[in-house]
Amino acid sequence: MSEAILATRGLSRRFGGLMAVNDVAIELTRGRLHAVLGPNGAGKTTLINLLSGELAASNGSIHYKGEDITRLSPDRRSRIGIGRSFQKTNIFPAFTAFENCRLAAQSREPRVASIASDAAAYPPVREAALRALDAAGLSARAEVVASALSHGEQRQLEIAMVLATAPDVLLLDEPLAGMGAEEAARMVLLLKKITPDHALLLVEHDMDAVFAVADRITVMVNGQVLESGSPEQIRASPAVRQAYLGDSG
Amino acid sequence: MNRRKIALLAVLALLALFPFAGATFYTELVTKVMILAIFALSLDLLVGYTGLVSFGHAAYYGIGAYVLGLMTPKYEAASLWLTLPAAIAVAGLAALAVGIFVVRVKGIYFIMVTLAFAQMFYFLFHDTEIGRGSDGISMNFKPTAEIGGVTPFDLGNATHVYFFVFVILILVFLFLHILLRSPFGRALQGIRSNEHRMRSLGFPVYRYKLASFAIAGALAGLAGYLSAMQFGFVNPELLSWHQSGNVLLMLILGGQGSLIGAVTGAFAFVALQEVYQSVTTHWQLLLGATIIALVIFLPGGLASVAGRFKRKLIGGPENE
Repeated sequence: MSEAILATRGLSRRFGGLMAVNDVAIELTRGRLHAVLGPNGAGKTTLINLLSGELAASNGSIHYKGEDITRLSPDRRSRIGIGRSFQKTNIFPAFTAFENCRLAAQSREPRVASIASDAAAYPPVREAALRALDAAGLSARAEVVASALSHGEQRQLEIAMVLATAPDVLLLDEPLAGMGAEEAARMVLLLKKITPDHALLLVEHDMDAVFAVADRITVMVNGQVLESGSPEQIRASPAVRQAYLGDSG
Repeated sequence: MNRRKIALLAVLALLALFPFAGATFYTELVTKVMILAIFALSLDLLVGYTGLVSFGHAAYYGIGAYVLGLMTPKYEAASLWLTLPAAIAVAGLAALAVGIFVVRVKGIYFIMVTLAFAQMFYFLFHDTEIGRGSDGISMNFKPTAEIGGVTPFDLGNATHVYFFVFVILILVFLFLHILLRSPFGRALQGIRSNEHRMRSLGFPVYRYKLASFAIAGALAGLAGYLSAMQFGFVNPELLSWHQSGNVLLMLILGGQGSLIGAVTGAFAFVALQEVYQSVTTHWQLLLGATIIALVIFLPGGLASVAGRFKRKLIGGPENE
C-alpha cells in the first residue's frame, strides 16, 4: 500500500462530557476511497469537521503530506489541498452554477491586485470552473441560478465546487443525501471517476453505494473506531454485524 | 443600447445641465446630495456587497472632513491636491486600524463595535481641543485647485464645486463598478452570500473583509472632505451616530447591494427630508413612517422597482 497523504493519530474532540470523536486513527491514500460508516451520532461529521479545520481537535494530531496541520485554519487547509463538501447543501444560492464554481476556482488564484480586471473573463479560472461543472455533469445547467437547481443538482454542484478548487484530498459528507435512485447512481459514477486522482473520505448512509465504491471502510460507533478494513472484512466482521448492520446485514 | 443605459445617460445629462437652470440654492442642495451619494456608495460596499452592517460609518466621513479643517491655515487656502489625498489616506488608515478589531466579529456585535468606535472618535473631537471641541473649525478659505501656476477651477464658485463633486461621484461609481467585477469584488460578494463556504473554499475571509472596510472608510473620508469643502465648516456632529444612521437609511431607501440604489437612496432621503420639513416641524415622524412603509412594501428599495417590473414581464430567473 502506498504512503498515506492524510493521517490522524489519537484524534479526539470533546463537547463537554461527550467524546464526539475519541482516539481515531485514519489514513487516506491517493487513488483510494475510504468510507466511514456509523449510526447517527457516531461522530462522522465531527471527524470531517476536524479534518477540514472547522473544529479544533481536543487531542491528537493530523498530518498532511508529512506536515502537522492540526492547528491550521480551514482556509489554509483548503489552499494546501484539502477540500470538503457539506451534508447540508452549502452553496451561493443567488449566483449561477458557473459563478459558484468560478468563485471556488478563483480561490486557487486570488489575483487580489488585479482589481481592474473582469473576474468572469479570466481564462484559467473560467476553464477550471467549466471542467468542474462538466465532471459533476452540470455543464448544461451552468447559467442557471443555484437556488433554481433541483435538490440533486445542488448536491452535484456541492461536489463541483470542491473539485473546482483542485484538491488532493476530498472529504465528502453524505453526497447522496436526499437523492433519487437515478441521481445517486450518477453520483456513484462520479465518485468512481474522481477516485484515481484523489484521496477520498466518504461519509455515507447508503450502504449499497458505500460497498460499490469503497476501497476501505471504517465503522464508527460512539466516536470510536469499531472496525476498519476492506469491504469484505467489514461485511464479514461479527462486531460490525452486531453493532451496526444488525441481523439484516 | 438597452433601456437601463438610456435611463442612466438621461439622468447624467440632467445632472450635467442642472446648474445652468440658475437656481443657486438647488445647485448647492444637489451638490450636498451628490456628496451624500458618495458616502452612501462607500457604505454600500460594506453593507450591500460584503455583508458588514456598519453603524459607525460617519466616523470616517468626519475624519475626512476634519483632515481638511485641520490642514487649512488661518490666512491662506490649502491645496486641494495635498489635502484631498490626505483626507482619503487618513480616513482609510483609521478604518484599517479599527477594522483590525471589528471585522473579527459578526452580526449584531459588528453593529455594536462599529458604533462604539465611531462614538470614540466623536468624543475625541467633541471633548478635546484637537479640532476645537464641540465648536468645530470654521475655515476662512476654500481649498485652492491651483497647480503649477494654473487654477483649473474655483472651489469658491458653487457651479464649479457642483461639477467637481459630480465628476468625483461618477469616478467613485465607476471605481466601485470595476472593483465589484474584479476577483476581489466577487470574493466580497461571495462572503456576503455565504462566508462559511468561502472560508472552506480557501479564502482568507478576514483579510478580504478588512480590505473592504478600509476601502469603504477611505471613500467615506472622501465624501466627508467634500462636505467640509462645500460648507467651509467642520464639527463633531459629522461623526455622530445620527449621521451613521442616516446613511444606512439612504441605503435602505435606495436598495443595498446596488450602486444605483445607493445614489437613488441619497437623493430620495434628502428629497423626503426637504418635502416633509416644508410641511411640518415633526418631519422626522413622517420620514420614519415612510421608511417603515418602504421596508414593508418594497424590501429591495427603490432600485428594485425596475427589476420587479421586468420580472413581471418576462417571468422568473428560470426563463433565460
